[in-house]
Amino acid sequence: MRPLFPLLIALVAMLFMASLLIGPAGIGALTGLKALILGGEGPLPIVMREIRLPRAILGVAVGAGLGLTGAALQGYLRNPLAEPGLIGVSGMAALGAVIAIQTGLALTAALMLPFAALTGAAVGVGLLMLLAGPRGGSVTLILAGVAISALAGAGTALVLNLSPNPYAANEIVFWLMGSLADRSMVHVMLALPLMVVGAVLIARSARALDALTLGEAAAAALGVSPGRLRIWLVTGVALIVGPATAVAGAVGFVGLVVPHVLRPLVGARPSVLLPASALGGAVLLLAADIAVRLILPERDLKLGVLTAIVGAPLFLHLIWKTRSGGRV
Amino acid sequence: MLIAVPAHAAPTRVVSMNLCTDQLAMMLAAPDQLISVSDLASDPRMSPMYRTALDFAANHGRAEEIYLMRPDLVVAGQFASGPTVTMLRRLGIRVEVMAPADSIADIRDQIGQMGALLGRETAAADLLTRFDARLSRLRDQTDRGRVALYYANGITSGRDTLAGTILAEAGFYNIAGDYGITTTTALPMELLVMADPDRLITGAKWPGQSRSEAVLDHPALAQVAPRSDVTDRDWVCGTPHVLDAIEALK
Repeated sequence: MRPLFPLLIALVAMLFMASLLIGPAGIGALTGLKALILGGEGPLPIVMREIRLPRAILGVAVGAGLGLTGAALQGYLRNPLAEPGLIGVSGMAALGAVIAIQTGLALTAALMLPFAALTGAAVGVGLLMLLAGPRGGSVTLILAGVAISALAGAGTALVLNLSPNPYAANEIVFWLMGSLADRSMVHVMLALPLMVVGAVLIARSARALDALTLGEAAAAALGVSPGRLRIWLVTGVALIVGPATAVAGAVGFVGLVVPHVLRPLVGARPSVLLPASALGGAVLLLAADIAVRLILPERDLKLGVLTAIVGAPLFLHLIWKTRSGGRV
Repeated sequence: MLIAVPAHAAPTRVVSMNLCTDQLAMMLAAPDQLISVSDLASDPRMSPMYRTALDFAANHGRAEEIYLMRPDLVVAGQFASGPTVTMLRRLGIRVEVMAPADSIADIRDQIGQMGALLGRETAAADLLTRFDARLSRLRDQTDRGRVALYYANGITSGRDTLAGTILAEAGFYNIAGDYGITTTTALPMELLVMADPDRLITGAKWPGQSRSEAVLDHPALAQVAPRSDVTDRDWVCGTPHVLDAIEALK
Protein backbone atom coordinates (compact mmCIF):
# COMPACT_ATOMS: atom_id res chain seq x y z
CA MET A 1 0.00 0.00 0.00
CA ARG A 2 2.84 2.36 -0.83
CA PRO A 3 0.73 5.01 -2.64
CA LEU A 4 -1.20 5.59 0.59
CA PHE A 5 1.65 7.41 2.32
CA PRO A 6 2.22 10.07 -0.37
CA LEU A 7 -1.54 10.58 -0.49
CA LEU A 8 -1.78 11.07 3.29
CA ILE A 9 1.21 13.43 3.27
CA ALA A 10 -0.35 15.46 0.46
CA LEU A 11 -3.64 15.64 2.40
CA VAL A 12 -1.86 16.86 5.55
CA ALA A 13 0.01 19.52 3.53
CA MET A 14 -3.18 20.65 1.83
CA LEU A 15 -5.17 20.89 5.04
CA PHE A 16 -2.27 22.65 6.80
CA MET A 17 -2.36 25.32 4.07
CA ALA A 18 -6.14 25.55 4.32
CA SER A 19 -5.87 25.96 8.09
CA LEU A 20 -3.45 28.87 7.54
CA LEU A 21 -5.65 30.53 4.96
CA ILE A 22 -9.12 30.17 6.48
CA GLY A 23 -10.16 32.63 9.16
CA PRO A 24 -12.61 35.39 9.99
CA ALA A 25 -10.26 38.13 8.74
CA GLY A 26 -10.61 36.96 5.11
CA ILE A 27 -6.99 37.47 4.09
CA GLY A 28 -6.14 36.63 0.47
CA ALA A 29 -4.06 33.48 -0.01
CA LEU A 30 -1.02 35.14 -1.61
CA THR A 31 -1.06 38.17 0.69
CA GLY A 32 -1.34 35.87 3.69
CA LEU A 33 1.50 33.57 2.72
CA LYS A 34 3.74 36.52 1.86
CA ALA A 35 3.10 38.05 5.28
CA LEU A 36 3.71 34.66 6.92
CA ILE A 37 7.06 34.07 5.25
CA LEU A 38 8.46 37.57 4.68
CA GLY A 39 6.85 39.38 7.62
CA GLY A 40 6.55 43.11 7.15
CA GLU A 41 4.75 45.99 8.81
CA GLY A 42 1.22 46.15 10.16
CA PRO A 43 -1.12 43.62 11.68
CA LEU A 44 -1.11 41.03 8.87
CA PRO A 45 2.12 39.22 9.83
CA ILE A 46 0.94 39.12 13.45
CA VAL A 47 -2.29 37.38 12.44
CA MET A 48 -0.49 34.89 10.23
CA ARG A 49 2.47 34.16 12.52
CA GLU A 50 1.02 34.48 16.00
CA ILE A 51 -2.58 33.33 15.57
CA ARG A 52 -2.97 31.09 12.51
CA LEU A 53 0.43 29.39 12.37
CA PRO A 54 0.36 28.03 15.95
CA ARG A 55 -3.20 26.81 15.40
CA ALA A 56 -2.22 24.92 12.23
CA ILE A 57 0.93 23.47 13.82
CA LEU A 58 -1.02 22.29 16.86
CA GLY A 59 -3.68 20.81 14.57
CA VAL A 60 -1.03 18.64 12.92
CA ALA A 61 0.79 17.77 16.17
CA VAL A 62 -2.24 17.00 18.33
CA GLY A 63 -3.98 15.03 15.55
CA ALA A 64 -0.85 13.04 14.71
CA GLY A 65 -0.20 12.37 18.38
CA LEU A 66 -3.72 11.09 19.03
CA GLY A 67 -3.71 8.91 15.89
CA LEU A 68 -0.30 7.47 16.80
CA THR A 69 -1.14 6.76 20.45
CA GLY A 70 -4.48 5.21 19.45
CA ALA A 71 -2.76 2.81 17.06
CA ALA A 72 -0.01 2.04 19.61
CA LEU A 73 -2.47 1.28 22.43
CA GLN A 74 -4.58 -0.87 20.12
CA GLY A 75 -1.47 -2.77 19.05
CA TYR A 76 -0.24 -3.30 22.59
CA LEU A 77 -3.60 -4.24 24.11
CA ARG A 78 -4.56 -6.09 20.90
CA ASN A 79 -7.95 -4.47 21.18
CA PRO A 80 -9.46 -2.12 18.58
CA LEU A 81 -11.44 -0.21 21.21
CA ALA A 82 -8.37 1.22 22.97
CA GLU A 83 -8.14 4.99 22.44
CA PRO A 84 -6.66 7.66 24.74
CA GLY A 85 -9.93 9.60 25.01
CA LEU A 86 -12.23 6.65 25.57
CA ILE A 87 -10.08 4.89 28.14
CA GLY A 88 -9.57 7.97 30.28
CA VAL A 89 -5.93 8.81 29.47
CA SER A 90 -6.87 12.20 28.01
CA GLY A 91 -9.22 12.80 30.94
CA MET A 92 -6.44 12.11 33.43
CA ALA A 93 -4.12 14.42 31.46
CA ALA A 94 -6.78 17.15 31.64
CA LEU A 95 -7.08 16.59 35.40
CA GLY A 96 -3.30 16.95 35.76
CA ALA A 97 -3.35 20.17 33.71
CA VAL A 98 -6.29 21.63 35.62
CA ILE A 99 -4.66 20.89 38.98
CA ALA A 100 -1.43 22.56 37.79
CA ILE A 101 -3.32 25.65 36.58
CA GLN A 102 -5.62 26.04 39.58
CA THR A 103 -2.98 25.47 42.26
CA GLY A 104 -0.73 28.05 40.61
CA LEU A 105 1.89 25.35 39.95
CA ALA A 106 1.74 26.22 36.24
CA LEU A 107 2.88 29.77 37.07
CA THR A 108 6.07 28.65 38.82
CA ALA A 109 7.67 27.35 35.60
CA ALA A 110 6.33 27.19 32.06
CA LEU A 111 7.00 23.46 31.73
CA MET A 112 5.02 22.61 34.87
CA LEU A 113 1.78 22.56 32.87
CA PRO A 114 2.74 19.89 30.29
CA PHE A 115 4.59 17.90 32.96
CA ALA A 116 1.57 17.85 35.25
CA ALA A 117 -0.61 16.77 32.31
CA LEU A 118 1.77 14.00 31.26
CA THR A 119 1.95 12.79 34.86
CA GLY A 120 -1.85 12.57 34.82
CA ALA A 121 -1.77 10.74 31.48
CA ALA A 122 0.91 8.32 32.75
CA VAL A 123 -1.17 7.54 35.85
CA GLY A 124 -4.20 6.97 33.61
CA VAL A 125 -2.52 4.69 31.10
CA GLY A 126 -0.57 2.86 33.84
CA LEU A 127 -3.77 2.23 35.79
CA LEU A 128 -5.47 0.98 32.65
CA MET A 129 -2.72 -1.45 31.76
CA LEU A 130 -2.79 -2.72 35.34
CA LEU A 131 -6.55 -3.29 35.18
CA ALA A 132 -6.90 -4.52 31.60
CA GLY A 133 -3.41 -5.62 30.55
CA PRO A 134 -2.70 -7.75 27.48
CA ARG A 135 -4.79 -10.61 28.85
CA GLY A 136 -7.93 -8.55 29.64
CA GLY A 137 -10.84 -8.65 27.22
CA SER A 138 -12.73 -5.77 25.63
CA VAL A 139 -15.24 -5.59 28.45
CA THR A 140 -12.55 -5.20 31.10
CA LEU A 141 -10.81 -2.55 29.00
CA ILE A 142 -13.95 -0.50 28.41
CA LEU A 143 -15.13 -0.81 32.02
CA ALA A 144 -11.73 0.24 33.32
CA GLY A 145 -11.74 3.12 30.83
CA VAL A 146 -15.24 4.24 31.88
CA ALA A 147 -14.19 4.21 35.54
CA ILE A 148 -10.98 6.17 34.91
CA SER A 149 -12.80 8.68 32.65
CA ALA A 150 -15.54 9.21 35.21
CA LEU A 151 -13.04 9.74 38.00
CA ALA A 152 -10.94 12.14 35.90
CA GLY A 153 -14.02 14.10 34.77
CA ALA A 154 -15.32 14.40 38.32
CA GLY A 155 -11.90 15.48 39.57
CA THR A 156 -11.62 18.11 36.83
CA ALA A 157 -15.10 19.47 37.59
CA LEU A 158 -14.35 19.55 41.32
CA VAL A 159 -11.07 21.44 40.91
CA LEU A 160 -12.65 23.96 38.50
CA ASN A 161 -15.65 24.50 40.78
CA LEU A 162 -13.38 25.12 43.78
CA SER A 163 -11.54 27.86 41.88
CA PRO A 164 -12.11 31.43 43.09
CA ASN A 165 -12.22 32.46 39.44
CA PRO A 166 -15.78 32.88 38.11
CA TYR A 167 -14.80 31.70 34.60
CA ALA A 168 -13.09 28.49 35.68
CA ALA A 169 -16.25 26.46 36.24
CA ASN A 170 -17.41 27.06 32.66
CA GLU A 171 -14.17 25.70 31.28
CA ILE A 172 -15.04 22.10 31.97
CA VAL A 173 -16.35 21.98 28.37
CA PHE A 174 -12.93 22.88 27.02
CA TRP A 175 -11.22 20.19 29.07
CA LEU A 176 -13.76 17.54 28.05
CA MET A 177 -14.11 18.49 24.38
CA GLY A 178 -10.96 20.33 23.35
CA SER A 179 -10.36 23.39 21.16
CA LEU A 180 -7.49 25.03 19.31
CA ALA A 181 -8.96 28.54 19.33
CA ASP A 182 -6.53 31.37 20.18
CA ARG A 183 -3.56 29.12 20.95
CA SER A 184 -0.17 30.80 20.59
CA MET A 185 3.43 29.88 19.80
CA VAL A 186 3.94 29.60 23.56
CA HIS A 187 1.63 26.58 23.53
CA VAL A 188 3.46 25.09 20.53
CA MET A 189 6.79 25.39 22.36
CA LEU A 190 5.32 23.84 25.50
CA ALA A 191 3.83 20.83 23.77
CA LEU A 192 5.75 20.01 20.60
CA PRO A 193 9.22 19.02 21.92
CA LEU A 194 7.78 16.60 24.49
CA MET A 195 5.40 15.13 21.90
CA VAL A 196 8.30 14.51 19.52
CA VAL A 197 10.17 12.60 22.25
CA GLY A 198 7.03 10.52 22.87
CA ALA A 199 6.65 9.79 19.15
CA VAL A 200 10.27 8.59 18.96
CA LEU A 201 9.67 6.23 21.91
CA ILE A 202 6.56 4.78 20.26
CA ALA A 203 8.25 4.49 16.86
CA ARG A 204 11.06 2.52 18.48
CA SER A 205 8.55 0.07 20.00
CA ALA A 206 7.00 -0.60 16.57
CA ARG A 207 9.04 -3.77 15.94
CA ALA A 208 8.17 -5.15 19.37
CA LEU A 209 4.49 -4.44 18.68
CA ASP A 210 4.82 -6.30 15.37
CA ALA A 211 6.20 -9.30 17.27
CA LEU A 212 3.38 -9.04 19.78
CA THR A 213 0.79 -9.66 17.04
CA LEU A 214 2.11 -13.26 16.99
CA GLY A 215 1.20 -13.70 20.63
CA GLU A 216 3.09 -13.07 23.84
CA ALA A 217 5.05 -16.33 23.80
CA ALA A 218 6.22 -15.78 20.22
CA ALA A 219 7.11 -12.17 21.03
CA ALA A 220 9.17 -13.29 24.02
CA ALA A 221 10.91 -15.85 21.81
CA LEU A 222 11.77 -13.03 19.39
CA GLY A 223 13.44 -11.18 22.24
CA VAL A 224 10.71 -8.70 23.22
CA SER A 225 10.83 -7.85 26.90
CA PRO A 226 7.19 -7.30 27.99
CA GLY A 227 8.19 -5.16 30.95
CA ARG A 228 10.36 -2.84 28.89
CA LEU A 229 7.77 -2.56 26.11
CA ARG A 230 5.13 -1.58 28.66
CA ILE A 231 7.33 1.14 30.17
CA TRP A 232 8.22 2.54 26.72
CA LEU A 233 4.58 2.63 25.69
CA VAL A 234 3.30 4.17 28.94
CA THR A 235 6.01 6.85 28.72
CA GLY A 236 5.48 7.45 25.00
CA VAL A 237 1.69 7.74 25.32
CA ALA A 238 2.00 10.03 28.35
CA LEU A 239 4.55 12.26 26.58
CA ILE A 240 2.15 12.70 23.66
CA VAL A 241 -1.32 12.76 25.23
CA GLY A 242 -0.26 14.82 28.27
CA PRO A 243 1.14 17.92 26.50
CA ALA A 244 -1.48 17.66 23.72
CA THR A 245 -4.29 17.74 26.27
CA ALA A 246 -2.61 20.51 28.28
CA VAL A 247 -2.79 22.88 25.29
CA ALA A 248 -5.83 21.63 23.37
CA GLY A 249 -8.06 19.87 25.90
CA ALA A 250 -9.23 16.27 25.56
CA VAL A 251 -10.22 15.54 21.96
CA GLY A 252 -11.81 12.11 21.78
CA PHE A 253 -12.24 9.44 19.10
CA VAL A 254 -9.32 10.48 16.82
CA GLY A 255 -7.27 7.51 17.98
CA LEU A 256 -10.24 5.19 17.44
CA VAL A 257 -11.45 6.33 14.02
CA VAL A 258 -8.11 6.74 12.26
CA PRO A 259 -6.53 3.30 12.87
CA HIS A 260 -9.89 1.69 12.15
CA VAL A 261 -10.19 3.39 8.75
CA LEU A 262 -6.54 2.76 7.82
CA ARG A 263 -6.18 -0.83 9.03
CA PRO A 264 -7.92 -2.38 5.97
CA LEU A 265 -5.66 -0.26 3.73
CA VAL A 266 -2.25 -0.90 5.32
CA GLY A 267 -2.85 -4.17 7.13
CA ALA A 268 -2.74 -4.74 10.87
CA ARG A 269 1.06 -4.63 11.15
CA PRO A 270 1.77 -1.93 13.80
CA SER A 271 5.05 -0.80 12.21
CA VAL A 272 3.08 0.38 9.16
CA LEU A 273 -0.15 1.31 10.91
CA LEU A 274 1.62 3.62 13.40
CA PRO A 275 3.00 6.17 10.88
CA ALA A 276 -0.14 5.91 8.76
CA SER A 277 -2.33 6.62 11.81
CA ALA A 278 -0.18 9.61 12.76
CA LEU A 279 -0.72 11.13 9.30
CA GLY A 280 -4.42 10.16 9.34
CA GLY A 281 -4.85 11.73 12.79
CA ALA A 282 -3.36 15.00 11.52
CA VAL A 283 -5.77 14.93 8.57
CA LEU A 284 -8.80 14.33 10.79
CA LEU A 285 -7.93 16.97 13.39
CA LEU A 286 -6.99 19.65 10.82
CA ALA A 287 -10.26 18.96 8.98
CA ALA A 288 -12.25 19.14 12.23
CA ASP A 289 -10.52 22.39 13.24
CA ILE A 290 -11.25 23.94 9.84
CA ALA A 291 -14.86 22.76 10.08
CA VAL A 292 -15.43 24.37 13.49
CA ARG A 293 -14.23 27.67 12.03
CA LEU A 294 -16.52 27.39 9.02
CA ILE A 295 -19.63 26.16 10.87
CA LEU A 296 -19.67 28.65 13.75
CA PRO A 297 -16.85 31.14 13.21
CA GLU A 298 -17.55 33.24 16.32
CA ARG A 299 -18.61 30.60 18.81
CA ASP A 300 -15.57 28.40 19.47
CA LEU A 301 -17.40 25.15 18.75
CA LYS A 302 -15.37 22.44 20.46
CA LEU A 303 -13.33 19.99 18.38
CA GLY A 304 -14.53 17.03 20.41
CA VAL A 305 -18.08 17.70 19.24
CA LEU A 306 -17.13 16.98 15.62
CA THR A 307 -14.77 14.07 16.34
CA ALA A 308 -17.48 12.46 18.51
CA ILE A 309 -20.10 12.87 15.78
CA VAL A 310 -17.78 10.94 13.46
CA GLY A 311 -16.36 8.60 16.08
CA ALA A 312 -19.23 7.60 18.36
CA PRO A 313 -21.26 5.79 15.65
CA LEU A 314 -18.13 3.89 14.66
CA PHE A 315 -17.57 3.00 18.30
CA LEU A 316 -21.13 1.64 18.51
CA HIS A 317 -20.51 -0.32 15.33
CA LEU A 318 -17.35 -1.86 16.83
CA ILE A 319 -19.20 -2.80 20.02
CA TRP A 320 -21.92 -4.39 17.90
CA LYS A 321 -19.38 -6.49 16.04
CA THR A 322 -17.64 -7.49 19.28
CA ARG A 323 -21.01 -8.46 20.79
CA SER A 324 -21.94 -10.76 17.92
CA GLY A 325 -18.73 -12.67 18.53
CA GLY A 326 -16.80 -11.67 15.42
CA ARG A 327 -13.23 -10.47 15.75
CA VAL A 328 -12.98 -6.80 14.94
CA MET B 1 -42.99 52.12 35.85
CA LEU B 2 -42.07 55.13 37.90
CA ILE B 3 -44.74 56.63 40.10
CA ALA B 4 -44.48 60.31 40.95
CA VAL B 5 -44.18 60.40 44.70
CA PRO B 6 -45.25 63.52 46.60
CA ALA B 7 -42.48 64.89 48.79
CA HIS B 8 -44.28 64.14 52.04
CA ALA B 9 -44.53 60.43 51.19
CA ALA B 10 -40.75 59.99 50.93
CA PRO B 11 -39.79 56.46 52.01
CA THR B 12 -37.92 56.16 55.29
CA ARG B 13 -36.59 52.58 55.13
CA VAL B 14 -35.06 51.97 51.72
CA VAL B 15 -33.30 48.76 50.65
CA SER B 16 -31.28 48.61 47.44
CA MET B 17 -30.47 45.16 46.06
CA ASN B 18 -28.39 45.99 42.98
CA LEU B 19 -24.77 47.18 42.75
CA CYS B 20 -25.72 50.11 40.50
CA THR B 21 -28.84 51.28 42.34
CA ASP B 22 -26.72 50.97 45.53
CA GLN B 23 -24.39 53.68 44.23
CA LEU B 24 -27.16 56.10 43.25
CA ALA B 25 -29.00 55.49 46.53
CA MET B 26 -25.86 56.06 48.62
CA MET B 27 -25.19 59.31 46.74
CA LEU B 28 -28.71 60.66 47.06
CA ALA B 29 -30.37 59.27 50.22
CA ALA B 30 -30.92 61.42 53.29
CA PRO B 31 -29.10 60.30 56.46
CA ASP B 32 -30.74 57.11 57.85
CA GLN B 33 -33.11 56.84 54.88
CA LEU B 34 -31.15 53.99 53.25
CA ILE B 35 -30.89 50.93 55.49
CA SER B 36 -29.31 48.27 53.32
CA VAL B 37 -27.28 47.86 50.12
CA SER B 38 -26.27 44.72 48.24
CA ASP B 39 -23.31 42.65 49.41
CA LEU B 40 -21.51 43.49 46.14
CA ALA B 41 -21.43 47.18 47.09
CA SER B 42 -18.67 46.48 49.63
CA ASP B 43 -16.54 44.48 47.16
CA PRO B 44 -13.56 46.68 46.20
CA ARG B 45 -13.21 44.87 42.86
CA MET B 46 -16.63 45.95 41.65
CA SER B 47 -17.77 48.87 43.74
CA PRO B 48 -16.18 52.33 43.69
CA MET B 49 -18.10 53.14 46.91
CA TYR B 50 -16.98 50.05 48.84
CA ARG B 51 -15.95 52.11 51.86
CA THR B 52 -19.24 53.97 52.11
CA ALA B 53 -21.12 50.69 51.69
CA LEU B 54 -19.66 49.39 54.95
CA ASP B 55 -21.92 51.88 56.80
CA PHE B 56 -25.01 49.97 55.64
CA ALA B 57 -26.27 46.49 56.35
CA ALA B 58 -25.56 44.16 53.41
CA ASN B 59 -28.30 42.13 51.76
CA HIS B 60 -27.85 39.20 49.40
CA GLY B 61 -30.92 39.77 47.26
CA ARG B 62 -33.07 37.21 49.09
CA ALA B 63 -36.74 37.95 49.73
CA GLU B 64 -36.73 36.66 53.29
CA GLU B 65 -33.87 38.80 54.63
CA ILE B 66 -35.18 41.89 52.83
CA TYR B 67 -38.71 41.40 54.17
CA LEU B 68 -37.36 41.11 57.72
CA MET B 69 -35.67 44.52 57.30
CA ARG B 70 -39.22 45.98 57.08
CA PRO B 71 -38.44 48.29 54.14
CA ASP B 72 -41.04 50.68 52.69
CA LEU B 73 -39.19 50.81 49.36
CA VAL B 74 -37.00 48.25 47.65
CA VAL B 75 -34.97 49.28 44.58
CA ALA B 76 -33.88 46.41 42.35
CA GLY B 77 -31.97 46.13 39.11
CA GLN B 78 -33.54 44.76 35.95
CA PHE B 79 -31.63 41.52 36.30
CA ALA B 80 -32.79 40.88 39.86
CA SER B 81 -34.33 37.49 40.37
CA GLY B 82 -37.95 37.61 39.17
CA PRO B 83 -39.34 35.38 41.91
CA THR B 84 -37.70 37.55 44.60
CA VAL B 85 -39.32 40.70 43.26
CA THR B 86 -42.70 38.96 42.88
CA MET B 87 -42.49 37.58 46.41
CA LEU B 88 -41.66 40.98 47.93
CA ARG B 89 -44.54 42.60 46.04
CA ARG B 90 -46.89 39.88 47.21
CA LEU B 91 -45.80 40.62 50.76
CA GLY B 92 -46.98 44.18 50.18
CA ILE B 93 -43.61 45.88 49.75
CA ARG B 94 -43.17 48.52 47.07
CA VAL B 95 -40.46 47.39 44.65
CA GLU B 96 -39.11 49.67 41.93
CA VAL B 97 -36.99 48.18 39.15
CA MET B 98 -34.33 50.21 37.34
CA ALA B 99 -32.76 49.23 34.01
CA PRO B 100 -28.97 49.36 33.62
CA ALA B 101 -27.74 52.71 32.25
CA ASP B 102 -25.55 52.40 29.16
CA SER B 103 -25.39 55.99 27.92
CA ILE B 104 -24.88 59.47 29.34
CA ALA B 105 -28.59 60.17 28.76
CA ASP B 106 -29.51 57.02 30.72
CA ILE B 107 -27.23 58.01 33.59
CA ARG B 108 -28.78 61.49 33.78
CA ASP B 109 -32.27 59.94 33.69
CA GLN B 110 -31.50 57.55 36.49
CA ILE B 111 -30.12 60.23 38.76
CA GLY B 112 -33.47 61.98 38.36
CA GLN B 113 -35.43 58.74 38.86
CA MET B 114 -33.58 57.82 42.04
CA GLY B 115 -34.05 61.37 43.34
CA ALA B 116 -37.80 61.11 42.74
CA LEU B 117 -38.03 57.66 44.35
CA LEU B 118 -36.27 58.81 47.48
CA GLY B 119 -38.05 62.18 47.58
CA ARG B 120 -34.65 63.84 47.23
CA GLU B 121 -35.25 65.90 44.08
CA THR B 122 -33.03 68.77 45.21
CA ALA B 123 -30.08 66.48 45.94
CA ALA B 124 -30.60 64.85 42.54
CA ALA B 125 -30.64 68.23 40.78
CA ASP B 126 -27.41 69.20 42.57
CA LEU B 127 -25.75 65.93 41.59
CA LEU B 128 -26.88 66.38 38.00
CA THR B 129 -25.41 69.89 37.84
CA ARG B 130 -22.06 68.66 39.18
CA PHE B 131 -22.14 65.66 36.80
CA ASP B 132 -22.79 67.86 33.75
CA ALA B 133 -20.10 70.35 34.71
CA ARG B 134 -17.44 67.69 35.22
CA LEU B 135 -18.45 65.84 32.06
CA SER B 136 -18.12 68.94 29.91
CA ARG B 137 -14.64 69.54 31.38
CA LEU B 138 -13.62 65.95 30.61
CA ARG B 139 -15.22 65.65 27.20
CA ASP B 140 -12.59 65.54 24.52
CA GLN B 141 -13.40 66.27 20.90
CA THR B 142 -9.89 65.58 19.63
CA ASP B 143 -9.28 62.17 18.08
CA ARG B 144 -7.25 60.29 20.65
CA GLY B 145 -6.72 57.09 18.69
CA ARG B 146 -8.13 53.64 18.16
CA VAL B 147 -8.96 51.45 21.13
CA ALA B 148 -9.92 47.79 21.34
CA LEU B 149 -11.90 46.55 24.33
CA TYR B 150 -11.18 42.90 25.04
CA TYR B 151 -12.48 40.75 27.87
CA ALA B 152 -12.20 37.12 28.95
CA ASN B 153 -13.34 34.61 26.32
CA GLY B 154 -12.61 37.10 23.52
CA ILE B 155 -15.59 39.40 24.16
CA THR B 156 -15.71 43.06 23.14
CA SER B 157 -18.15 45.92 23.72
CA GLY B 158 -19.50 48.23 21.03
CA ARG B 159 -20.98 51.70 20.90
CA ASP B 160 -24.26 51.01 22.72
CA THR B 161 -22.68 49.76 25.93
CA LEU B 162 -21.43 51.57 29.01
CA ALA B 163 -17.79 50.77 28.13
CA GLY B 164 -18.41 52.09 24.60
CA THR B 165 -19.86 55.29 26.06
CA ILE B 166 -16.84 55.78 28.33
CA LEU B 167 -14.47 55.37 25.34
CA ALA B 168 -16.44 57.77 23.16
CA GLU B 169 -16.62 60.44 25.89
CA ALA B 170 -12.87 60.12 26.45
CA GLY B 171 -12.33 60.82 22.73
CA PHE B 172 -11.36 57.34 21.55
CA TYR B 173 -12.53 55.43 18.51
CA ASN B 174 -13.74 51.91 19.40
CA ILE B 175 -12.53 49.40 16.79
CA ALA B 176 -15.69 47.32 17.38
CA GLY B 177 -17.26 49.90 15.06
CA ASP B 178 -15.10 48.59 12.17
CA TYR B 179 -17.09 45.36 12.30
CA GLY B 180 -20.49 46.88 12.97
CA ILE B 181 -20.49 45.66 16.58
CA THR B 182 -22.68 47.83 18.81
CA THR B 183 -23.38 45.51 21.75
CA THR B 184 -21.26 43.18 23.89
CA THR B 185 -20.34 40.18 21.78
CA ALA B 186 -17.52 37.88 20.69
CA LEU B 187 -14.76 39.33 18.50
CA PRO B 188 -12.32 36.84 16.94
CA MET B 189 -8.79 37.77 17.95
CA GLU B 190 -7.55 38.01 14.37
CA LEU B 191 -10.19 40.64 13.57
CA LEU B 192 -9.03 42.63 16.59
CA VAL B 193 -5.42 42.42 15.38
CA MET B 194 -6.41 43.36 11.80
CA ALA B 195 -8.11 46.51 13.12
CA ASP B 196 -4.65 47.56 14.35
CA PRO B 197 -5.67 49.39 17.55
CA ASP B 198 -3.31 51.88 19.22
CA ARG B 199 -4.36 50.84 22.66
CA LEU B 200 -5.92 47.81 24.26
CA ILE B 201 -8.28 47.92 27.23
CA THR B 202 -8.87 44.56 28.88
CA GLY B 203 -11.14 43.39 31.66
CA ALA B 204 -9.72 43.14 35.18
CA LYS B 205 -8.64 39.65 36.14
CA TRP B 206 -10.29 37.71 38.90
CA PRO B 207 -8.30 35.84 41.51
CA GLY B 208 -7.31 32.32 40.57
CA GLN B 209 -6.61 31.15 37.05
CA SER B 210 -8.76 30.54 34.01
CA ARG B 211 -8.29 29.77 30.35
CA SER B 212 -10.93 32.37 29.54
CA GLU B 213 -8.74 35.14 30.92
CA ALA B 214 -5.52 33.60 29.60
CA VAL B 215 -6.66 34.75 26.13
CA LEU B 216 -5.75 38.28 27.25
CA ASP B 217 -2.09 37.21 27.60
CA HIS B 218 -1.86 36.07 23.96
CA PRO B 219 1.41 37.39 22.47
CA ALA B 220 -0.39 38.72 19.37
CA LEU B 221 -2.24 41.27 21.53
CA ALA B 222 0.97 42.57 23.08
CA GLN B 223 2.50 42.96 19.61
CA VAL B 224 -0.36 44.84 18.02
CA ALA B 225 -1.01 47.20 20.94
CA PRO B 226 1.91 47.51 23.35
CA ARG B 227 -0.06 49.91 25.51
CA SER B 228 -2.85 48.36 27.51
CA ASP B 229 -5.11 49.41 30.36
CA VAL B 230 -7.49 47.50 32.55
CA THR B 231 -11.12 48.31 33.24
CA ASP B 232 -11.93 48.59 36.92
CA ARG B 233 -14.84 49.19 39.26
CA ASP B 234 -15.58 52.59 37.71
CA TRP B 235 -16.57 50.79 34.48
CA VAL B 236 -19.23 48.57 36.03
CA CYS B 237 -22.22 50.83 36.61
CA GLY B 238 -23.84 53.69 34.75
CA THR B 239 -23.52 56.20 37.60
CA PRO B 240 -21.50 59.43 37.99
CA HIS B 241 -18.48 57.19 38.75
CA VAL B 242 -17.98 56.65 35.01
CA LEU B 243 -16.48 60.16 35.05
CA ASP B 244 -13.58 58.70 37.05
CA ALA B 245 -13.14 56.05 34.35
CA ILE B 246 -13.14 58.71 31.62
CA GLU B 247 -10.64 60.82 33.57
CA ALA B 248 -8.36 57.82 34.15
CA LEU B 249 -8.12 57.25 30.39
CA LYS B 250 -6.63 60.70 29.85
